Amino acid sequence: MREERLQPLAILTRPLLALTAAFAFTTLVLLSTGVSPLEAYRLVLFGAFSTPVRLSDMIMLAAPLLLCAVGLSITFAGGLYNLGVEGQMIAGAIAAMVPLRLWPDWPPLLLWLLAGLSGATGGALWALLIGVLRRYAGVSEIFAGLGMNFLASGLVLYLVLGPWRRRTSASLSGTDLLPLELWLPTLDRLRLAPAAPVIALIGLAIVWWALTRTRWGLEVRAVGLNPAAAGRLGIAAARRMAETLAACGALAGLAGMIQVVAVHHALIPNISSGIGLLGLLVALLARADPRWLLPIVVLFASFTVGSIQLPLTLGIDSAIAGVLQGALVLFALASRARR
Amino acid sequence: MHIAVEHLTKRFGAVCANNRLTISFAAGQIHGVLGENGAGKSTLMKLLAGYISPDEGRILFDQTPRRLRGPGDALAAGIGMVHQEPLDIPTFTVLENLLCAAPPGVFRSQRAALVALQELAERLGFLIDPSARLDQLTVGQRQQIEIMRLLLCGAQVLILDEPTTSITAAQARALFAALRQIAAEGRTVLFVSHKLEEVAELCHTVTVLRNGQVVPPGQLPMPQPQEYLLSLMFGEVGAAPPIYRPLPSIDAPPVWELRHVTVRSGTLQLTDLNYRFAAGRIIGLAGLDGSGQQVLLRLLAGQLAPEQGQIVVNGRDLSGAGAIAFRRAGIEYLPADRLHDGMIGALSLADHFALLQGKGVLVDRQAAEEAARQAIAEYQIKATPITPIAALSGGNQQRAMLALIPPDARGILAEQPTRGLDVASARAIWNRLQARRDAGCCVIFSSPDLDEIMEYSDEVIVCFAGRIGPPIPRALLSAGRLAELIGGVGFDALVATAAS
Repeated sequence: MREERLQPLAILTRPLLALTAAFAFTTLVLLSTGVSPLEAYRLVLFGAFSTPVRLSDMIMLAAPLLLCAVGLSITFAGGLYNLGVEGQMIAGAIAAMVPLRLWPDWPPLLLWLLAGLSGATGGALWALLIGVLRRYAGVSEIFAGLGMNFLASGLVLYLVLGPWRRRTSASLSGTDLLPLELWLPTLDRLRLAPAAPVIALIGLAIVWWALTRTRWGLEVRAVGLNPAAAGRLGIAAARRMAETLAACGALAGLAGMIQVVAVHHALIPNISSGIGLLGLLVALLARADPRWLLPIVVLFASFTVGSIQLPLTLGIDSAIAGVLQGALVLFALASRARR
Repeated sequence: MHIAVEHLTKRFGAVCANNRLTISFAAGQIHGVLGENGAGKSTLMKLLAGYISPDEGRILFDQTPRRLRGPGDALAAGIGMVHQEPLDIPTFTVLENLLCAAPPGVFRSQRAALVALQELAERLGFLIDPSARLDQLTVGQRQQIEIMRLLLCGAQVLILDEPTTSITAAQARALFAALRQIAAEGRTVLFVSHKLEEVAELCHTVTVLRNGQVVPPGQLPMPQPQEYLLSLMFGEVGAAPPIYRPLPSIDAPPVWELRHVTVRSGTLQLTDLNYRFAAGRIIGLAGLDGSGQQVLLRLLAGQLAPEQGQIVVNGRDLSGAGAIAFRRAGIEYLPADRLHDGMIGALSLADHFALLQGKGVLVDRQAAEEAARQAIAEYQIKATPITPIAALSGGNQQRAMLALIPPDARGILAEQPTRGLDVASARAIWNRLQARRDAGCCVIFSSPDLDEIMEYSDEVIVCFAGRIGPPIPRALLSAGRLAELIGGVGFDALVATAAS
């Protein structure tokens, strides 16, 4: 009984320790560059909430980030490390471009639906290739994913400089911008397209429901915890693994589609912008627990957006947000180690 | 080199693998070390070779105590161990493997290593091509290379753990000749085995381990009567008359039928298996670890596909079908390691029942928890429906695994069903398995415990060195005879009688 009463406190000590350590580490880095940590933290932590423009930027970063992190929480539940999420996002972006380029005259609503469908399919197929490599060639999903990321980057570069190049001249800054009527509608004078966060939240809700309520979710978790025992209980483990990869790929592909129709309004070489990898950090920190995904995504997105002002006001690089995010994950993982 | 251990104790959790062992091995001799599974042979050898360190007691080399910090340290002190399965780097050549594993300063050049290797191979009578890749050699050849590597690196004591398990008879003869030569040169050889005949042929002394202790205290000179050694290894064999229970004859097709099946797992190959396992009986698989029982169980569970031949389950040919097809055909496999591949430790009993529901998109939590509650009451599992399986005791985990067997199962394969359980828990498990048998199941189990085999089997199958014997009705078998067969004594004759 005594032990049980102590538990809530014990549950909180380790995350608090990790949080303190992460900030201590980042403070050291800041001090070594000679800037006031307090000033830097004020910008990083609260900068994203200072103006409506920045807030809308934060939400537009949080939406694809949430989709990737939600997808990764499925693969994590299934015991897979899907480092290929970045490539799946790119594949989704490329696939989403296909209907937009083929039939630009069709009604926008239909085109957005088609782009979403095509993006999700592209991401899922790209992810399934990892599953095929793992199942039939014995390649670890980690290496297969990383390799497929390079392939996707190469493919998008080829398209931007080759078949889909600008009408004026090929440019690394991307394809021609989409016709204005195909941009996902935004709020007045802001870059916030409300559809994006809504799609991401629906994705979160569906995945949370699927993982906690359905038999499929239970089976995926069983396979993730112990594939051998799950197989003995009659679960098709290899198939469930492939399904988790496809589901994650589909969500990452949707994130890629949002990048195209709501953020960049074109296909650019850096269409994934490291969002997939940041999603990995989020999923690691949330331990694939869907309840934690949203708060951590908002936190991380606000760090990134807030730090954009660092070079202007303090003259230091905005990468400090990455240091803080990385340190948080690192110390959280260290604090979870058994002893 | 003379080696001795004094009051050596090593515990693994609650199990005392070596209990205040005191023994010494003289130089220039081959010392046999005998004992059944779990007697503590491997633990003693690993302690001597520096793989693990003792909890109490000390190890003396030539009367000097020495604390070993690892296998490399042990080799520097002159102790080398040859493992049952080769521990080398398969894509390297013989010479590369020798060079990469040699401590600095042993060989001045690659040329010197080559010369030394060829000289030693000639002296020991081994035929080795130094430029051959290890993965193209047989296990026996790799063992020869390992022996030479250890000797060239300065081993004065050579430990061999069950060296003849996966090598050919000719290779075993070559090995024995080489070991005699090594001992004649003044080195010490420790030969761990469970094959009495080999120990009788090769060894100058024998040490018998039982439950982590030397019985009787001290070494025995060879030869010794075989029956005496058997009684030391397995304890005084009780002469309790067997309770004969006539086997029901059932018209239903056999649960399993094997037709000319060949199956391979690692270095172990079972060839030309022909069996009919009928419903309504308990069949015990006896034999020392790695003699083929596990391969047979995994074959019957569909986890290993036969390379040749047919496996028919309940009248349906399932050769090459996966474990899931076997499960659908009513076959249930209970692995020895319950949390490794039996159940999912982080999930609860209710979760497991939910996984077995099999239909519908949503999990029916209520039904699953109800099923778990029923199982808990019926099988007397000390748990709540939502306790994680990993938090249960071994006996409760085993009962939970039994409770998860669907009622329509036709064949149950249990690998060491009472491993790690106390007497009362083991008794409870057997009550359940017997009830399943009486309900028409065919139960096949393996166990290292001869008493368990004798007490619960209707038929016994002895496995010896990768060969599977014919089923013997329990009533025709005495404990003494079973112990002999496990050690290979009379095994050939048994197989020959069955074949004729």
